[in-house]
Amino acid sequence: MWYKLVLFVLMSIMIYFSFALPAPQQQIGESSRIFYYHIPQAWICVIAFAMSMFYSIMYLRKKEIKYDDKAAIAAKLGFIFCVLATVTGAMFAKVTWGMYWNWDPRQTSIFILLLIYGAYFALRGAIEVEEKKAALSAVYSIFAFVTVPFLIFIVPRMVPSLHPNDSIISEDLKFNIEGAISLVFFSALALFTVVYIWLFNIGVRVQLLMRKQLEEEDF
Amino acid sequence: MPKASSGLLSRSLAVYFKDLRLELRTKSGLNAIMMFGVTTLAVVSFALGQSGLSPKVLSALFWIIMFFSAMSGLAQTFIREEETGTSLILNLTAEPNSIYIGKLLFNLTLLITMTTIITPMFFVFTDASTDNILPFLVVLGLGVFGLVAATTLVAAIISKASVKGALFAVVSFPILMVLLMVLVGATEKIFDNESLSAVSSELQFLIAYVVVMTTISLLLFKFVWRE
Amino acid sequence: MYSLTVENLGKRFGARKVFSKIDFELHSGDSIAIVGSNGSGKSTLLKVILSLLVPSKGKVEYKNETELLTDDNFRDYVSFVSPYLNLYDHLTAEENLTFFATVSGFNVTGKEINNLLAKVGLEGRGVDFVMGYSSGMKQRLKYAVALLKKPEFLFLDEPTSNLDDAGKKIVFDIVEEYRKETVILIATNEKEEYELAKSIVRLT
Repeated sequence: MWYKLVLFVLMSIMIYFSFALPAPQQQIGESSRIFYYHIPQAWICVIAFAMSMFYSIMYLRKKEIKYDDKAAIAAKLGFIFCVLATVTGAMFAKVTWGMYWNWDPRQTSIFILLLIYGAYFALRGAIEVEEKKAALSAVYSIFAFVTVPFLIFIVPRMVPSLHPNDSIISEDLKFNIEGAISLVFFSALALFTVVYIWLFNIGVRVQLLMRKQLEEEDF
Repeated sequence: MPKASSGLLSRSLAVYFKDLRLELRTKSGLNAIMMFGVTTLAVVSFALGQSGLSPKVLSALFWIIMFFSAMSGLAQTFIREEETGTSLILNLTAEPNSIYIGKLLFNLTLLITMTTIITPMFFVFTDASTDNILPFLVVLGLGVFGLVAATTLVAAIISKASVKGALFAVVSFPILMVLLMVLVGATEKIFDNESLSAVSSELQFLIAYVVVMTTISLLLFKFVWRE
Repeated sequence: MYSLTVENLGKRFGARKVFSKIDFELHSGDSIAIVGSNGSGKSTLLKVILSLLVPSKGKVEYKNETELLTDDNFRDYVSFVSPYLNLYDHLTAEENLTFFATVSGFNVTGKEINNLLAKVGLEGRGVDFVMGYSSGMKQRLKYAVALLKKPEFLFLDEPTSNLDDAGKKIVFDIVEEYRKETVILIATNEKEEYELAKSIVRLT
């Protein structure tokens, strides 16, 4: 219970400062504040995807249905954050480059992630028997994940990037990530991660209760 | 008593020749895939006119035709096993690796057959031309390998689903998208009459893609088949 | 000496329980009949034992003289005949037999195939497509496929379904021939069939 209170307080402070501090990027101006939200969302999207893949592998090794539940819950949350990141990213792109969508490498990558999640749920919906559903969707999510490194390493080299996020890691910083801005940014990253873990645990507990109910009916 | 007296290759070939024989007797896969290719080609040709298409448009059209033709026929070999109810006895008698390799070879044969018919027709219908016949064939060959390597496992997954419908294309596309982007880019350069060295990084990608996808499929196939 | 151990086996589909608490241990030379009314889960139990379905509880173990057979290789020792097993309609009987032999990793000669076909009463019909077979002939051909290898475990689901009296005789002869050295499991409701087995498991 206590950590939810702490989370509430810290989140409020983070949100306050994300608007109170000077805009993180002078040229773009006030709209650049979206990066406090956009990047954590994209980060959660990747984390959730990796977790879903991890639990898929665990399912194939152990054949215990709880791992499939966790993989599916991580994927659901990942999908939500993926949609949020895509929408905020498109808004940001409109302000910065004048168009919502232009197949920049990162937009391409997140689009493919969205497609993979979408296909994953379409597949789950098409299989009735529980064990089959678990095994086949686990195989699919692992198989799809294998294509992600290709995306990350190959696509950016083939299409020039317009993405300002490059500046976080490159030398000629367009974004000034230092001092108070960096503090707010990294706490946003941490706080969003905690929110994700919290949501994930709720999902797992709900599934567990449903399974318990089933178990009590027989055996 | 020693059981496995013959190796993986002969067992895989047994699956391959069995499928080939069934295909030659029923022609269910090839007919579907050919007609799909020809239909798409005809639509493209009369919708866009015969000449004056840029290399970019041509290469995109070519791979769109290839993608949808592949999607129309490559799941057939697994779906047939489910529909005729033979997957059960195959499961009990054959080892997963040999089934995967046999089916992979079969799909490869199917797509190569289709490609050798559709590609000349594409050049005729769209008035495309290139001086780079050899580089074109290299990219085309790797593209066909890539399509088959990435979709054979997906076809096996789809055949186990109760609602198949459009699922094969939907589920394959995210995995094929990277491949198609690279193929369209490379083919465009070749239609632009650039040399093979201009597409060397694409070729490296294609080879890596084929190798990785085939290996991972082999590792994962038994989890699809034995469930 | 081979053995099959089934321990506290249970299976359910979603909320529906099919069977639970099934225990038995069989060695080469043992035979068991699984009986129960329609829908009592006989076929499902066979599928779980054949590792075609994952059990919800308990386990199934195959052993040879010295060690456990793994999930990957126990199939080399098991033959299964069932009405819901289908052969390839577009292949001839001989092609079916050759295919199943090659794919399980051994070679089979034309003479062996003819002997097998004669054993199940299909001599001279080997070159016909399975498509043109009656359901009784298909059932006989499944016995030929099952006996391609010398099975250590012989699982029969409704062994005489679709068979005429001559066909039933063939099945009883086969069971008689194999019962001394093989683990035999028969799922059936026919009295004369479960009397072939030494012991009985009743599903409710």
